[in-house]
Amino acid sequence: MATYLLKRLIIAAITLVLASMVVFAVMEILPGDPARLMLGFNASADQVEQLRNQMGLNAPLVLRYLHWAGGLLSLDFGRSYTYSVPVIDLVGERVVVSLPLALIALALSTVIAIPVGVFSAGRQGRAGDTVAMGAAQLGVAVPNFWFALMLIYLFAVWLRLVPAGGFPGWGAGIWPAVKSLLLPAVALALPQAAILARVARSALIEVLNEDYIRTARAKGLPYRAVLWRHALRNAMIPVLTILGLQFAFLLAGTIIIENVFYLPGLGRLVFQAITQRDLIVVESVVMLLVAAVIAVNLLVDFSYAVVDPRLRGRQ
Amino acid sequence: MKLWKTILAAAVLTFAAATSAFSARTDLVIGIPLEPPHLDPTAGAAAAIDEVLYANVFEGLTRIGPNGEVIPDLAESWTISDDGKIYTFKLHTGVKFHDGSDFSADDVKFSLDRARADNSVNAQKGLFAQIDKVDVVDPATVKVTLKNPQGSFLYNMGWGDAVIVSPKSADTNKEKPVGTGPFKFQSWAKGSSITLVKSDNYWGAPVALDKVEFRIVPDAAAAVPALLSGDIQAFPFFDPDSVAQVKDDPRFKVVIGSTEGETILSINNKKPPFDKLQVRQAISFALDRKAIIDGASAGLGVPIGSHMSPANKDYVDLTGLYPHNVDKAKELLKEAGLEKGFKATLKLPPPSYARLGGEIIASELRDVGIDLEIIPVEWAQWLDQVFTKKDYDLTIVSHTEPNDIDIYSRKDYYFNYDNPAFDAIIAKLNLTSDEAKRKELLAEAQKILADDAVVGFLYELPKVGVWDAKLQGLWENAPIQANDLTKVKWTD
Repeated sequence: MATYLLKRLIIAAITLVLASMVVFAVMEILPGDPARLMLGFNASADQVEQLRNQMGLNAPLVLRYLHWAGGLLSLDFGRSYTYSVPVIDLVGERVVVSLPLALIALALSTVIAIPVGVFSAGRQGRAGDTVAMGAAQLGVAVPNFWFALMLIYLFAVWLRLVPAGGFPGWGAGIWPAVKSLLLPAVALALPQAAILARVARSALIEVLNEDYIRTARAKGLPYRAVLWRHALRNAMIPVLTILGLQFAFLLAGTIIIENVFYLPGLGRLVFQAITQRDLIVVESVVMLLVAAVIAVNLLVDFSYAVVDPRLRGRQ
Repeated sequence: MKLWKTILAAAVLTFAAATSAFSARTDLVIGIPLEPPHLDPTAGAAAAIDEVLYANVFEGLTRIGPNGEVIPDLAESWTISDDGKIYTFKLHTGVKFHDGSDFSADDVKFSLDRARADNSVNAQKGLFAQIDKVDVVDPATVKVTLKNPQGSFLYNMGWGDAVIVSPKSADTNKEKPVGTGPFKFQSWAKGSSITLVKSDNYWGAPVALDKVEFRIVPDAAAAVPALLSGDIQAFPFFDPDSVAQVKDDPRFKVVIGSTEGETILSINNKKPPFDKLQVRQAISFALDRKAIIDGASAGLGVPIGSHMSPANKDYVDLTGLYPHNVDKAKELLKEAGLEKGFKATLKLPPPSYARLGGEIIASELRDVGIDLEIIPVEWAQWLDQVFTKKDYDLTIVSHTEPNDIDIYSRKDYYFNYDNPAFDAIIAKLNLTSDEAKRKELLAEAQKILADDAVVGFLYELPKVGVWDAKLQGLWENAPIQANDLTKVKWTD
């Protein structure tokens, strides 16, 4: 277990270094000069050059990479070109929106998907299964921004239960803040729940066909007990894998949802930074997301050991 | 039971009567599409900065009024020397910055000197290029000496980039703007909203609103539900394509005004075959402006024939010069030796006027034998490839700076247009402050650009504003990109 862990950590570190090079290189190749963007149509070439110097954009490429990567090691993420504040402050302001959003969405999708998966697997091929999986198919197919707009019209415009968008900040109180995250979380969660339900169903069906399930049933255990105690636990590994992947997707892939609900989250920050060529923000935030994804994957690896006791003893 | 209902109804009625007896509401949430990168109008070109701060938080010597006129602001009045070189501004007294410090002529000198300094990063440094020196005569009088007389000097001083800042807060305005205006900055929740509140020690006429929140709504599709739910009460710059969803709703007012945005099909004048006049004229004949406005701007927008807003007092209507005429276009191409047509590229920045308009223009030019390859680009790419490196054949863009016909005389500007006769007129214009003379020169300048078919002149970008029907005083037109809230109030 210890060597396994160490190996995973080393791989994670190498992935981070490689990712930092790729991220930096991609932002360099991207055409567009942040200084010109800031100064607009009417500024002269001299003025743009002046600003480039002030921003440190004229230093050699390798130097700038080392400066940036070195900063990352000491947890210094640099300063935003456009906002001229430390990137870490920007991330701090945004992560309090994106992280709760992703967590609520993740919780929602799990709470919806597992029962549906169990329900469907137990009625394989019957009407209930067909309806549930048909709904899941629809959930996968419907684009989440459209779904989000439908939710807005129903719950914000028509019923006026929640705001149509925006985020009042946690300073406005827990409930107003959570309220403004509910619709986006549902919009994010449902497509994920649909995928998860399908995975849970097929994993369960596979397990239900195993010999030990038949044995358990044969020794007289009620179906319900077999399903929840024996089958579900064994079907958890693929479900956890997907869950881990989804968390990464939720955290990084909220750009569209954050735009539709105009939430000040990380996705919006990155999107805005790309269009404004705020290179340092893009680079640093992407690196943070890479690190988060790697961390979640490590966590998933460990959770395998929790669900599957056989993995614990293995070296 | 019945009694309870009656009591309840009576209570509700009394409460309703009591609330309506109070004066009208004094808070406002305005939706803006783009977040300002920072809050210092003197250090960035982003229109979003002025849309929040201009006239509300920051004030200049002069300012631009709702119809593009120059009106006195911090300068109460001024005199101009006979040779047109010396402007003496008499300043308002008793003016205070939001940090409590006094405003005086020293701040004017500081602001103007800062904007034109060598290391200045003012995005409109050109506005100050003619200033020779700025002298403080007394705390309420400042004298600006120009190198040459400049007809547009008072107008230039009304730009957001020329607002007066205090030396104490100049370096921190990006995060915490301190001005002299009727509203002071309260808070900025990054990515979400910027809040201004009424300033208690304002020198001028007090404003009706106590609190204004500018909320950032980047997605046009999100703007409609935000209005319908009442979360946001005004979108001064609304997406034309979404107007249909709210225009029949009596709760809202849809106001179509003009902007200073000349939307044009820019042509690289030095790149063959566009260096031939006949080719450029052929393009102008091939364009069907009506179809372009219908398709790219929901039918809103006024056709133009040269580089001047139809709302401008010096506008000359030249739209009749190149009516939509496919045969004429083909004939001109034949004269240019291109009867078989040719291939070219059309680079399109992100706004919908460009992306939608580009497809229509490509099909119109195909009708006369010009085969366009459409290349969508981001703004950053556009500025880099098209604007800076001039690596393009055709592009569509709206030039939103006011009174900017002089861009055609700029050396190395991305049109690659070079006409000494035009340059001479602009040079003369810069030295002329007589209104009648200026009008004549501007008419001549517009005529030359149209004759040379420098670019394909399409239409003036409309300003589409949608707001609560009870709201009054928001600008109908956008002579500059700003949301002046000084006259805004709620009515019942």
